[in-house]
Amino acid sequence: MTARLKVLAAMSGGVDSAVAAARAHEAGHDVTGVHLALSSNPASYRSGARGCCTREDAHDARRAADVIGIPFYVWDLAARFHEDVVEDFVAEYAAGRTPNPCLRCNEKIKFAAVLDRAVALGFDAVCTGHYARLEDGRLHRAADDDKDQSYVLGVLDAAQVARAMFPLGDTAKSGVRAEAERRGLAVADKPDSHDICFIADGDTRAFLSGRIGSRPGAIVDHAGTPVGRHDGSYGFTIGQRRGLRLGRPAADGRPRYVLDISPVTNTVTVGPAEQLDVRSITAVRPRWSGPVPTAPLECLAQVRAHGEAVPAVAVRDAQDSDETEDIVTVELRSPLRGVAPGQAVVLYDGTAVVGAATISAARP
Amino acid sequence: MTDSQPGTSPVPGRSEPGSVYLDHAATTPMLPEVVEAVTDRLTTVGNPSSLHANGRAARRVVEESRESLAQSLGSRPSEVLFTGGGTEADNLAVKGLYWSRRAEDPRRCRILASAVEHHAVMDSVLWLAQHERAGVEWLPVDAAGRVAPETLAAAIETDPHSVALVSVMWANNEVGTVQPVTELAETAHRYGIPIHADAVQAVGQLPVDFAASGLDAMTVTGHKIGGPLGIGALVLGRTLDLTPVLHGGGQERDVRSGTLDTPSIVGFATAAEIAAKTQPERGAGLKALRDDLVERVRRAVPDVVLGGDPHLDPDHRLPGNAHFSFPGCEGDALLLLLDARGIACSTGSACSAGVPQPSHVLLAMGVPEDLARGSLRFSFGHTSTQADVDAVVEAIVPVVERARRAGQNGTRA
Repeated sequence: MTARLKVLAAMSGGVDSAVAAARAHEAGHDVTGVHLALSSNPASYRSGARGCCTREDAHDARRAADVIGIPFYVWDLAARFHEDVVEDFVAEYAAGRTPNPCLRCNEKIKFAAVLDRAVALGFDAVCTGHYARLEDGRLHRAADDDKDQSYVLGVLDAAQVARAMFPLGDTAKSGVRAEAERRGLAVADKPDSHDICFIADGDTRAFLSGRIGSRPGAIVDHAGTPVGRHDGSYGFTIGQRRGLRLGRPAADGRPRYVLDISPVTNTVTVGPAEQLDVRSITAVRPRWSGPVPTAPLECLAQVRAHGEAVPAVAVRDAQDSDETEDIVTVELRSPLRGVAPGQAVVLYDGTAVVGAATISAARP
Repeated sequence: MTDSQPGTSPVPGRSEPGSVYLDHAATTPMLPEVVEAVTDRLTTVGNPSSLHANGRAARRVVEESRESLAQSLGSRPSEVLFTGGGTEADNLAVKGLYWSRRAEDPRRCRILASAVEHHAVMDSVLWLAQHERAGVEWLPVDAAGRVAPETLAAAIETDPHSVALVSVMWANNEVGTVQPVTELAETAHRYGIPIHADAVQAVGQLPVDFAASGLDAMTVTGHKIGGPLGIGALVLGRTLDLTPVLHGGGQERDVRSGTLDTPSIVGFATAAEIAAKTQPERGAGLKALRDDLVERVRRAVPDVVLGGDPHLDPDHRLPGNAHFSFPGCEGDALLLLLDARGIACSTGSACSAGVPQPSHVLLAMGVPEDLARGSLRFSFGHTSTQADVDAVVEAIVPVVERARRAGQNGTRA
């Protein structure tokens, strides 16, 4: 018998968070539902059933809370979200990096702004519909590998993990839909959300170009020879193949990929696939939910939400000032492709998350 | 207003699920006499517009109800136009008067309304501004939320012929401030301009007499006085022309089409009759509870700010209204914490998709935005008891302390 906790359930209006809240309630916890209003102009974010933050989503979340029989409120986090997630997203791209706004939102909004407020108001935990498991105070991968979302939670520190509750970690999503149906939750057949919630039409390049403007520059091959032009290096991601619009085919006729983006010279470098292979990563701003490594750590490293985790050795280079100033180098035992600065590298010990850091450089 | 404990109100289940219901300004429980009058009529067939015996029987009930309602409100029966509630009556008054007055004289395209109107008036006025080229002037209010008759006179004076109508609510829904409607009506009439008042909150708590007020149009509604939801009326002086908003069968003087809702109308008239008859004692009883709450909350939370008029007499303030701002708190955090303790109240402000916005009423009164965000409205009604006040007083200190810790916007910097 676990203790009865006062739980704040973040409810997006989707099926996962609704079932998570229902399970927490059924487990005997004192659950209150909260929908996070992340846009000050709800219609401006993704409309329809795919994303989050629409009026319809707020309504769906409220309906689910009513069916579960828990109190429900809307919290306005639009200003914080804009500053910490949207502006950061734009600034990162402008600096030639590839950020993951979902990680940022978990770190800064759901498990910071919301969690802080919840704790101040007397709640013990924040519950979400993420697929991840908590075991003995450690964050683990979900039971269902296909659904595992531990990567986007990798940025949580130990204190945040201690206040988190993920009731879906043990189930497959198909099971969750059936369960929603059984519980009479109208969101049971709502499509999953995809992509980035604050980019209404899913066109990230157009969104960035509207925010950053046109910054034309050169596309060069790995020898430095100009092979094309671009309207802004922010429109490219390392490992990208499509949409390069190169005037001349490569001499060897093989496909070319974005190998490097240099915001300083505003140059995009392209080249063959094998040059994408990365064996060494430098990462900054580490966040540890597991034990902070004091010696080289044999671990698994993952650099994308649904990417492969490969064996690696991570070394923490401790700085005098502050743990968050530490630098982490990760030597990969087998190469990964499409590793871009700005992405998070999440380190696992088996299924347990040890920590995460933001990639600042990647080398072959 | 008995000594019963919270949760033991006279009608079982009435106050469930929250045991302390102090949100009567949002809606108040239906009176047993109303429930009886409505249910009596629910199973009887008959459209009041039909010519046969069933229709005639329904018509008789509607017209008797109209006469009764008119008597309760100090108007003539022919001045009562039934609507689907207060919002519809406000829309009809504002848009209908604007269109009819402008049709008579195209110069009349200016609307003067107080800056503290309910959204039903405010948004109707804004709609006319956006779609019908209306010029809008929001009449400023003092720190208590009141429009001075001289303010209205000055606004009219800038160009008297261009004013289509004036709209100033009788009593404010958030802070309970009572407007000098009689003086405002006299002022408007000096220039031959019609004036409308939303009296939704006033009926039952204050003496409301349409004829004596001098108003040209007045909005009333059922569910704020123990009547049914979804029924209201616009009381409209007989000499006024109004352009319809709803078109159809020509019911209600050809101004408001739609089959009349006989059961709700008889319930509304029953509630209004009881409201008018019991108003003096009801007002005194609500005031006693409210005054006690105000005094004890002030003692418990010394830096609390009473919103609205500091004069607690019914000439200045609705007897059932208490409005507080708690510095350093967020209203929705206070509400969440009180709700968790079974106390139902309101932040008093409008919501956009459930997101609380600082109240336009408080901002118009000059309340700083930070303070406005930490506001709560407690509103008393016919089922309120001393035990309700005691429950709030007992909860308020820990609740305010917690909400303060959570801070404003609920976020660390």
